[in-house]
Amino acid sequence: MLGMFTRAALACVLLFGSFAAPARAEDTLDKIKQRGTIVVGVKNDYKPWGFVDPSGKIVGMEIELAQDIATKLGVKLELIPVTGANRMEFLNQGRIDLIVATMGDTPERRKVVGMIEPNYYAGATNVLAPKSAQLKQWADLKGRKVCAVQGAYYNRRVSQLYGPELVVFPAVPEAMNALQGGNCVGFLFDDTLIVSTLSAGDPKWQDYEMPLVSEDPQAWAMGVKLDDLDAPFGAFLKKLSIEWHKAGTLVDLEKKWGIKPSPFLQEMHDKYKGS
Amino acid sequence: MATGMEGIADFFRWLNDAHGVNLSIFYDALDRSRFLEGLWTTIELSIICILLSLAIGILGAWFQGSRFGPVRRIVQAYIQFFRNTPPLVQLFFFYFAVGNQLPHVLDEHGMLVPPISNVGWAILSLSLFAGAFNVEIFRAGIEAVPRAMVEAAESLGYSRLGVFWHVLLPLAFRVSLPALNNNLVNLVKTTTLAYAIAVPELLYAAAQIWSEVLNVREMMNVLLVTYVALIAVLVALMGRWERALHIPGYNP
Repeated sequence: MLGMFTRAALACVLLFGSFAAPARAEDTLDKIKQRGTIVVGVKNDYKPWGFVDPSGKIVGMEIELAQDIATKLGVKLELIPVTGANRMEFLNQGRIDLIVATMGDTPERRKVVGMIEPNYYAGATNVLAPKSAQLKQWADLKGRKVCAVQGAYYNRRVSQLYGPELVVFPAVPEAMNALQGGNCVGFLFDDTLIVSTLSAGDPKWQDYEMPLVSEDPQAWAMGVKLDDLDAPFGAFLKKLSIEWHKAGTLVDLEKKWGIKPSPFLQEMHDKYKGS
Repeated sequence: MATGMEGIADFFRWLNDAHGVNLSIFYDALDRSRFLEGLWTTIELSIICILLSLAIGILGAWFQGSRFGPVRRIVQAYIQFFRNTPPLVQLFFFYFAVGNQLPHVLDEHGMLVPPISNVGWAILSLSLFAGAFNVEIFRAGIEAVPRAMVEAAESLGYSRLGVFWHVLLPLAFRVSLPALNNNLVNLVKTTTLAYAIAVPELLYAAAQIWSEVLNVREMMNVLLVTYVALIAVLVALMGRWERALHIPGYNP
C-alpha cells in the first residue's frame, strides 16, 4: 500500500515539475513562411462560421478569413478542427499557429492566449428552446435542465446569474440532439448560431424559437500565442484585421453567409472607413 | 475551522498569483462545489454500478447453469453483446438512440421528457457492461468448485437453488474475488465515460472547470490523484473483504 502511494506521489511531483513553460524564441511568422503552410484551428460544427459542407469540406465565414490570411502570407492553408475545450491547448502546444474559432475575448483567456485586436465579430448569448417550453425571461431557466457546450464562456455567467442545471456536452451536435430528444428545456448558445439554425428552414426546428433577449455581448478574437502578440505575426494580423474592417470585408462576408447584420461590425466599419 | 479554510484558500490564491499553478478548486467557491459534486457523483455512480453488476453477475451465473436451453442462450447473447462492444458506444446507443425513441413522459413543468435521464442510462449501461464480465468471472469460479461438492450437497437433500446459494456461490465467490477485483476497479474507471452524456461526474466537473478557468494541466493532475485515491480505497476494501472471507484450509 505504502509503495503504491509513494509511487503515486512521485508521479505527481514529476507531473507538477512539467509546469515550467518551455522557452520559445523562434518567430512564428518566419516558421510559417519557411514551412509554406499556416495551420489554423477552426470550428467544424458551428454554422455558418465553420462547418462541414455536403462534400465534406470545412467552409464558412471564419474559413474565408483564414484563407485570406494564408493568401496574404503567400502560404498554403491547413485547417485543424478544434473545440472550445481544446483550442487554447492546441495553440500553446504548437499544434496550430492561430485560432479562428468563434472565440470570445475574455480577460481570463487573455492570460493564456494573445487576442488580436480589433475584434472581428461580436456575438451574444441566448437559448434555442421548443415553443412548448414557453420561456419568457432568463429567470425562467432556474432549476431547469439546459443543454450547453463545454468551453463556452457564458456557461459560468448564466449558471451563476440564473441557476439553471446545465447539461454540458462536448460538442454542438450532441447538445442539439439532446435538446431534440427532450433532455433539456433549451440550448444555451451564441445567438448567431441559433438565428442561422432557425432561419435555415429545417423542418425539425420549426417548433423551436429563440425566446429570450440576447445578453452579454462579447467580442470574438483571433488567438495567437502570447509571445506572438507583439511579434511580427501578431502585428501582421492586427493590421489585417483593421484592413478587413476598413474595406468592409467583414460586413460583406456576414451578408454572404446569412448572418444577422451585427451592429458591432457596422460600427467598426464606420470607424475605420475614414482613417 | 473557518479561518483554517480561509488560510488554505489564501495559500492556493498565492500559489496561482506567484507561481501560475491555478488550483481554483481550493479557493473558488463555484469550482470547489462543482468538483465536490463531481466527486460525490462518481462515488455514487461507482457504488450503485458495483452492486447492480454484482447482482447481474450472480443472476447470470445462475441462469447460465439453467436446464433450459433458451435461458442459457439469452444469457450468452447478453454477454456477447455487452462484452464485445465498446462501453462508450453502448452509452451513446442507449442515451441517443434508445432513450429518444422511448415514449416520453410529462415532467413537473409539463414538458415531455424521456423516461430515463442521462444518469439513469449511465447506471444501466455501465452495470450491464460490468455485469457481463461478472457473469463470466462467477462462471469461472463455479467451474473451479469440485463436482464432488455439488454431489455431496445434493445427497444431503439441497434443492438446485439451495446448492447454488449455499454451496456453489460461497465457494465460487471466494475463487472469483481476485478477478472480480480487477473488473470492479475497471468499472470505477469506466464511470468517466458517463462524461460523454453529460453526467456530472468527476471528469465532467474537471472539464467544466478547466475549460473556463483554463487550468488544464492542474486539473489533469488533480484528476489523476483523485482517481488513484478512489481506486486505492476500493482495492483496500476488496482486500479486507477477501481476507475476511478466507476459509482456513480452503485454497483452491
